[in-house]
Amino acid sequence: MATVFKKTPVLTDVPFHYCPGCGHGIVHRLVAEVIEELGIQEKCAGVAPVGCAVFLYNYMNIDMYEAAHGRAPAVATGFKRVHPDKYIFTYQGDGDLASIGTAEIVHAAHRGEKITTIFINNAIYGMTGGQMAPTTLVGQKTTTSPLGRDPEHCGKPIRIAEMLSTIEGSAFIARCALNSTPNIIKTKQAIKKAFQAQIDRKGFSMVEILSPCPTNWGKAPGEAMQWLEDNMIPYYPLGTFKEV
Amino acid sequence: MAKKLMKGCEAIAEAAIQAGCRYFFGYPITPQNDIPEYMSLRLPQVGGCFLQAESEVAAINMVYGAGGAGARVMTSSSSPGISLKQEGISTIAGAEVPCVIVNMMRGGPGLGNIQASQGDYFQAVKGGGHGDYRCVVYAPSSIQETVDLMPKAFDTADNYRIPVIILADGLIGQMMEPVELHMNPNPVLPEKPWAAQGWDPKGTRPRAVINSLYIETEDLDGLMTRLNARYDVIREKEVMVEKYHTEGAEYILCAYGTVARVCKAAVRILEENGVKAGLVRPITLWPFPTKEVHEVFAQESVKGGLTVEISNGQMVEDIRLAVNGIKPVEYMGKGGSVIPSAEDIAERIMQMRRA
Repeated sequence: MATVFKKTPVLTDVPFHYCPGCGHGIVHRLVAEVIEELGIQEKCAGVAPVGCAVFLYNYMNIDMYEAAHGRAPAVATGFKRVHPDKYIFTYQGDGDLASIGTAEIVHAAHRGEKITTIFINNAIYGMTGGQMAPTTLVGQKTTTSPLGRDPEHCGKPIRIAEMLSTIEGSAFIARCALNSTPNIIKTKQAIKKAFQAQIDRKGFSMVEILSPCPTNWGKAPGEAMQWLEDNMIPYYPLGTFKEV
Repeated sequence: MAKKLMKGCEAIAEAAIQAGCRYFFGYPITPQNDIPEYMSLRLPQVGGCFLQAESEVAAINMVYGAGGAGARVMTSSSSPGISLKQEGISTIAGAEVPCVIVNMMRGGPGLGNIQASQGDYFQAVKGGGHGDYRCVVYAPSSIQETVDLMPKAFDTADNYRIPVIILADGLIGQMMEPVELHMNPNPVLPEKPWAAQGWDPKGTRPRAVINSLYIETEDLDGLMTRLNARYDVIREKEVMVEKYHTEGAEYILCAYGTVARVCKAAVRILEENGVKAGLVRPITLWPFPTKEVHEVFAQESVKGGLTVEISNGQMVEDIRLAVNGIKPVEYMGKGGSVIPSAEDIAERIMQMRRA
């Protein structure tokens, strides 16, 4: 019988711990498949974040680091400077990258650090139980914005892809979404381009991925995908913001 | 090699390079800027990498990344900057990654001043960051001793996979002294099969996971047991202490770093005045020379001791724990970067003698 699908060997056999309808599982697989397709498994390392993807090091069949909250780009910098001929990516959520780790991500881009960042934007803190993130939409209810995010009180959501694309050192910056099969395919293509930018030593590369968090959004998986499409994509436009 | 007149910070940087350090990540702060400045010129000449980080927090995490990748790596800073690094130092300790951290102590708390201080003893010796961990802490009292300790610091870090702190006061960094460097253009470094370097699924080396997260209770307990066993070996094997004129002494001065040199002058003044005095100088602040200090104070001749520090009294607590009440131990010093003179120290001993 012909094999129509095979799990990439870049993923381990450890079952994911994610909630039903979570986007992390999809993105883990896309990143692993890209690493396999580019033939860089033996030359690649990754940095797991603090957040729901904290156990990424159990799932990826490559050398891995676990970084403190927000520090993954600095850790990846240390690895890359020691092994400039190897490849490294960070995998970060919106609390990690867009809040506590803004200095690290901005300066990794600013240095043109030859690393790749996978940025999961689900507009909420997942692991700690649904608190407001810098990316939480206006009016969105979270455990620390129980009446909905009030821009007078705590500003409007931050657009990371647009911001990082203004930095000279960034080589490839894109925003994708997981809300449909075509968009998931586009996400994989963007991840591949981001790694290719690193392989070609062009500079810093990042793919921001709009991803559902049904548990903390208080929605069923299907409703969450619809909510992402109806609310997140209008505020966070998809596309490639920079390609050098 | 002939002796060369060098500034402390530059001598430390060159000694690190000769010890095989090829990576430095840091952030400017007075009074230690000569270390990153020196490294920025020298490391590229020896095939290494210097990087000025965006913050102390980033710098120590770059150290974590490079140390976890198997490199000999160092950072340096001064007190407020070392406070910022504590999250990373705790991570590095928990992830069992070797590295060397130089702290050229300045006055605190807060921004304090930029003069020499010993106010970071507690931070370096008792923890600093959160959690249950130790760093090996060397406290040199001269530039030559600092230079001599650098290869040992890197070896200790590698042997025990532990962060090592060089705890020096700003005077060590800023003064110039004749120094003999140990030139070693091709240092032989230990293999680090545990490091992240790219993993071959068909090879024999297990996949590297550089990590301080142990979510299951029994797993964290496993780390703690492993670290504790290692700390016990370090306590047994790595203690360094200098005893100066302590045999048969009547009064024992206790000091580390530059202050210990002033204390040696005080010992000589006292001896000229017919008072037998000695000095115990811990070179490792952790592991602390508890047994050695106790033995000195246990001598029948000893009437008491005086700990002298450029702080409001921090090491004195460990001295008293070591002495364990068998003899009185007094404290002398000031927190605000005021260094007592040899005459003042000798006079204080004379007062204790009269009391």
